[in-house]
Amino acid sequence: MAAENPKDLKYSKEHEWARVSGGSAVIGITHFAQDSLGDIVYVSIPGVGSNVRQFQKMGEVESVKAVSDLFSPLSGKVVERNEELLKNPETLNKAPFGGGWLIKVHLSDPAEIDNLMDAEAYDRHTADGH
Amino acid sequence: MSQFTARSVDRRLLMDRSVAGRRAMRLPQPDVPVAPLPGASMLRKELELPELSELELVRYFSLLSQLNFSIDTNFYPLGSCTMKYNPKLNDEMASLPGLSDIHPLQDGATVQGALRIMFELQEALGEITGLPGVCLSPLAGAQGEYAGLLVARAYHRSRNDLKRTVALIPDSAHGTNPASAAMAGLEVVTVPSDKNGNIDVQALRQHVDERTAVFMLTLPSTVGLFDPSILEITKTIHDAGGLVYADGANLNALLGLTRLGDLGFDIAHSNLHKTFSTPHGGGGPGAGPVLVSEALRRFLPTPVVQRADNQYRLAAPADSVGRLNGFHGSFGILVRAYTYIRTMGLEGMRQISENAIINANYIQVRLKSDYDLAFAGRYSMHEVVFSARKQKAKGASALDVAKRLIDYGVHPPTMYFPLIVPEALMVEPTETESKETLDQFIAIMQKIAREAEDTPEVLKSAPHDTPNSRLNEAAAARTPYLRWRRDGVAPAQSSAPAGVDAGDRR
Repeated sequence: MAAENPKDLKYSKEHEWARVSGGSAVIGITHFAQDSLGDIVYVSIPGVGSNVRQFQKMGEVESVKAVSDLFSPLSGKVVERNEELLKNPETLNKAPFGGGWLIKVHLSDPAEIDNLMDAEAYDRHTADGH
Repeated sequence: MSQFTARSVDRRLLMDRSVAGRRAMRLPQPDVPVAPLPGASMLRKELELPELSELELVRYFSLLSQLNFSIDTNFYPLGSCTMKYNPKLNDEMASLPGLSDIHPLQDGATVQGALRIMFELQEALGEITGLPGVCLSPLAGAQGEYAGLLVARAYHRSRNDLKRTVALIPDSAHGTNPASAAMAGLEVVTVPSDKNGNIDVQALRQHVDERTAVFMLTLPSTVGLFDPSILEITKTIHDAGGLVYADGANLNALLGLTRLGDLGFDIAHSNLHKTFSTPHGGGGPGAGPVLVSEALRRFLPTPVVQRADNQYRLAAPADSVGRLNGFHGSFGILVRAYTYIRTMGLEGMRQISENAIINANYIQVRLKSDYDLAFAGRYSMHEVVFSARKQKAKGASALDVAKRLIDYGVHPPTMYFPLIVPEALMVEPTETESKETLDQFIAIMQKIAREAEDTPEVLKSAPHDTPNSRLNEAAAARTPYLRWRRDGVAPAQSSAPAGVDAGDRR
């Protein structure tokens, strides 16, 4: 049941992922995160033009179990957000690494990528249930 | 689990049963002067009311009451909620005309008995907790928290210590703690637990400073463990000039064994509907008296009951934080709690907690090879927290285990709380259950553990034998369908239970 963590992504301890390409990154939450949260009923993410900061709160996700904070894995300005997801939050459960992406950010400090884990390190991070 | 199945339950709502012209009763002749109705603009023509005979009405509500799941019918080990049996004597006392037919605005001289009950309940709660200042008026645990935090703020203000605006709260806390603190105007700072489920005292020291107003702690903790560092914790906060608040949700583990005041707590609330056997969970209302040390008594909410010259009266403490609600609390609930305490006697309190602790640990020992313990190697207090991570690895989550229990006639334990335990299942049997009931529960849990290994799909689609099978909780939260509609059409994304088609529902 454990889905593969894609090798081309970078991961945070708080279970967000970033797909970096050029000077920007698409950001989402991992399969592990959605599986721990359970059925997601509501997502709140920052609007286009707002700024997010690495490891700082950027939004909330509400599941039938609890409301949890979303943290941005990288800093930058939001250039796009997944409007479809706001209408169909269950996409986060179905396709966390695909259709369930949250925002696209124009990076303000690409060096921050070094603070994130690769897939292998993230596998180890989640192996003990954290 | 019951005689009801999806097919046998008549799901028609009152309006669906309505037949024009039917009456359940005749209105009595008016005994006040007849006055004209207000103008037509104030009367709604489109407001439809159901028309039924008395028998139809009785059947409808009797059916609903039988669909209820309650402690009077089934085992209900809902952790942190202390779903103990509520003795019927409590209700009998609360129904006495001298207690049920009085009015809160009546002259105090005419309700001395009622005031005496409140006074003696204050005294008993003060004695049990070691916090002698008691106000009974909070209507629920969370309101008790809010009241206690207002007292803490008033205390710091009275000393002109205005910097103290931070509430320290452990990551294992009940969600009401940070919510109450925020409502009381405090800034919430989270304190981590250590790997044994205790407060991380080193981390706590780093968070404590001249801005600390109050540290809110549940004891035993929400993982059902008694924190062995408690005296060090309360001293750390006091040394820094802060106050320590006890969330009394788990008081059922401490009665007659230790007292919050003696451990260094300054403020607490007690959920009477948990520890003191008053109705709970839809059967409310609740009551969450706030309890404080002698030094904080003058800040208590209004009113408290005082005795002077053998007369009881409602009074406002000298520097009261004010009124929390219209009158003086859920009086009928207070009578029930008072009855319980008088029935057990203060000396019987210890037996309550001892048996609650023994029952929880009996379950812990018998089930620890079937389900992982959240914190192995420790005895629990009145509740035991398991983690269904072993079952989750096989494809059945804590939620699935909980739903499967319903098929066996057991109310699910608290799930996914505390948040620091993955796949948490928090079991609180309470002292009122017999060994036979506990053995039955243990056998069921063992059977479910085997099912999780062999046939996890049976768990994933549970419950099977109930009027409604697995509910679509996400849809129910997103588009709740809460009332009768004239057109009979549910909102687009209906919260219809899975396995029940639309035709069945309406």
